[in-house]
Amino acid sequence: MISEQFPALIVVTPLILSFFIPVVGWWRRSLCLPIVLVALSVCMVSAIGMLDTVLKHGKISYWLGMWEPPWGIEYVVDYLNAYVLVIVSFFGIAAAIYSKRNVEKEIPEHKIPQFYTLLLLNITGCLGIVVTGDAFNLYVLLEIASFSAYGLVAIGSEGALVASFRYIVMGTIGACFYLLGVGYLYIVTGSLNMENLRILLPPLYDTRAVQTAFVFILIGLGIKIALFPLHTWQPNAYTYAPSAVSVLISTAMAKTCVYALIRIIFSVFTVDFITRYVPILDIICWVSVVAMIAGSIFAIQESNLKRMLAYSSIANVGYIMLGVGLATFTPLGLTPALMHILNHAVMKGCLFMAACAFIYKAGLWDIRDFTGLGRRMPYTCFAFILAALAMIGMPPSVGFITKWYLILAAIDAKQYVFVAAIFFSTLLMIVYFWRVIEIMYLKPVEGSKGNEIKIDEEPVSMLIPGLALAVLCFLIGIAWVSGVFSPITEGVNSRFGLGIVP
Amino acid sequence: MVREFEDVIIQTLCRFLVPFIQTYSLYVFAHGHSSPGGGFQGGCVMAAAFVLIFIAYDLNEAKRRFREKALLIFCCLGVFIYAGTGWACLLLGSNFLDYGFLSKVLPTDPVKARYYGMAMIELGVQITVMAIMVSIFLDLVTRGEHEEIMEEEGA
Amino acid sequence: MLEYLISKYNYWMYVVIILIGFYGMMAKSNLMKKLIGMGIFQWAIIFYFMSISAKKGATLQIISGHHGAYAVARAVDYVNPLPSVLMLTAIVVAVATTGITLSVLILIFRRYGTFEEDEIIKLMNEKGK
Repeated sequence: MISEQFPALIVVTPLILSFFIPVVGWWRRSLCLPIVLVALSVCMVSAIGMLDTVLKHGKISYWLGMWEPPWGIEYVVDYLNAYVLVIVSFFGIAAAIYSKRNVEKEIPEHKIPQFYTLLLLNITGCLGIVVTGDAFNLYVLLEIASFSAYGLVAIGSEGALVASFRYIVMGTIGACFYLLGVGYLYIVTGSLNMENLRILLPPLYDTRAVQTAFVFILIGLGIKIALFPLHTWQPNAYTYAPSAVSVLISTAMAKTCVYALIRIIFSVFTVDFITRYVPILDIICWVSVVAMIAGSIFAIQESNLKRMLAYSSIANVGYIMLGVGLATFTPLGLTPALMHILNHAVMKGCLFMAACAFIYKAGLWDIRDFTGLGRRMPYTCFAFILAALAMIGMPPSVGFITKWYLILAAIDAKQYVFVAAIFFSTLLMIVYFWRVIEIMYLKPVEGSKGNEIKIDEEPVSMLIPGLALAVLCFLIGIAWVSGVFSPITEGVNSRFGLGIVP
Repeated sequence: MVREFEDVIIQTLCRFLVPFIQTYSLYVFAHGHSSPGGGFQGGCVMAAAFVLIFIAYDLNEAKRRFREKALLIFCCLGVFIYAGTGWACLLLGSNFLDYGFLSKVLPTDPVKARYYGMAMIELGVQITVMAIMVSIFLDLVTRGEHEEIMEEEGA
Repeated sequence: MLEYLISKYNYWMYVVIILIGFYGMMAKSNLMKKLIGMGIFQWAIIFYFMSISAKKGATLQIISGHHGAYAVARAVDYVNPLPSVLMLTAIVVAVATTGITLSVLILIFRRYGTFEEDEIIKLMNEKGK
């Protein structure tokens, strides 16, 4: 009974509770975080429930207000949605727990209820994007998620305002391009429902309006996911945002936008369209390869840790998009991209948590000042190293699994250049992560013998999520190898008609 | 910061106009589900009435009457009415926002229940839009110092 | 050629407006002008959606005689209502964008005292050192 209502609950519960927060927060501020956690727990339960249903019975379709699909708004949950929903709600919870202590430090006290309202609204928007089956509804929810992200970024430290303004300008261009694309699709088909568009579009594939629409949507969402030449808003936004927000938008929000792009490419348009009419996948591959290398090179130049991680995110978006680009050339289909959506969220979440902990506890953001940090904050540094090793690709970590599958996919596609690019970008990653680790552990502290440093660890509520994610970096890697997730990836591939390359 | 300003003609005219604007806003709202109009437009017109008061009268006075917290509560109240209507349908055993099922609690048939459900939704939208528009205006004219001024006066 | 241009003039208009908005956003260094450009950009899309709903000889989407006169409405008499509904939502989004951008701009002005982008960057660099 209640399980039938999960698609609505997962969006409505955080929405309504996010507006409880300012009212309750006015009365008692300490209740804000528990409300967030309650809302996100409901989301998590719904997401897991839906994943279970999807694995057992297949696609869920939910009609809002009982209006029949092409006319009403439909919420659709299939393998891809359910998988991303679990990721988004999990990282929402992680970021919320992590925010408990550093919000008290970074945000003026009377603004805390508003902060949590925006945080929960952002997650609402992300969950809505994932669950919706209507192209225009996706635009509205994308804007809800983006607006709360603009606000959250603007709360941050010196420089956050200008970063937020740039994010607004770029984000609005992206959303407007998406809207234009949807408008073109509406002109030629008269429908906005994704499932309906998928049926109506094939006879129109060779019209220029449909092809223009596709390019508009691709560029619009490309801005939102910070694909390489369109990434300019991203490093500053991630750098100056408050800690919890950096964690949230680099995991939940970024992955949601990647999901939206995959949904549009493979579900609204089909494999047939992108292979025969607009051969965009080659371009996506090459852009991603450039992103992988350029992002890593930018990261090497940076001495601000958070900004370095932001550039590393650009490189990793390149990895995901390379997986998307290779999808039709290999029997693996979308598997590498799906893997890296989860894997990158885990690794980057852990790294950002560690980086923000350094700022919170020691006030250190410049890598060159990290001397002796390994002794001062041993557990945090341990989490950082585990995640960094995963990022570099130590087996059996998640980073290794992604790279392994990407290399397999590239070999299937006979694109040996991409294999070389993956190796080269891994080398660059070793350079920038090793530099941090070296300064943290090996470089002697000036003016002391080193044994005078006292352990000065971050609060438990910040430490536990970081360590949990660091351990997950390896557990999930093993889970991928043992095939726990293979029903999901197979389900996605078979639904999109991928993975059957001759 | 805010200049004292008084003008008999403007203030009298404003007093005369505001009830009409508010009635018009309610008219626009009440016809929202069967003709052009609705919560958003009605809320904007209602907010325009308040903005007119702020412009014609002393801004400090207006700010004392419109506390940030009141606006916040109105904003949340609207969302609660909206989501609460949807939740009521959900609790009565149908999908979110399926107003027809409200006939189980309302003494009407499903068609009329749909009608009243829509009116409830529009009411929620109207209240939220009104509160948000007024608070955007207040934030802009006070350069975002609305709350700070209130706190100084309270202290 | 000229006929081709004229027959699709609504699209040309929207292309011109959207490019004006785009120019404002990209080329101007004053943040407030960027905001104005952003507004033009969004409104161009709204105009475009409205223009695609238009029909020759059709009127507004109000079913005339709603209160009982004649209930059957002919679709040819009315413009397509769906783009109007979509644009109502898009207008709300545009209002929200403007609101949030203005509030960010107020904070920028309070901190830096200027809207010129290069001056703000100069001030930021000075504070950084």
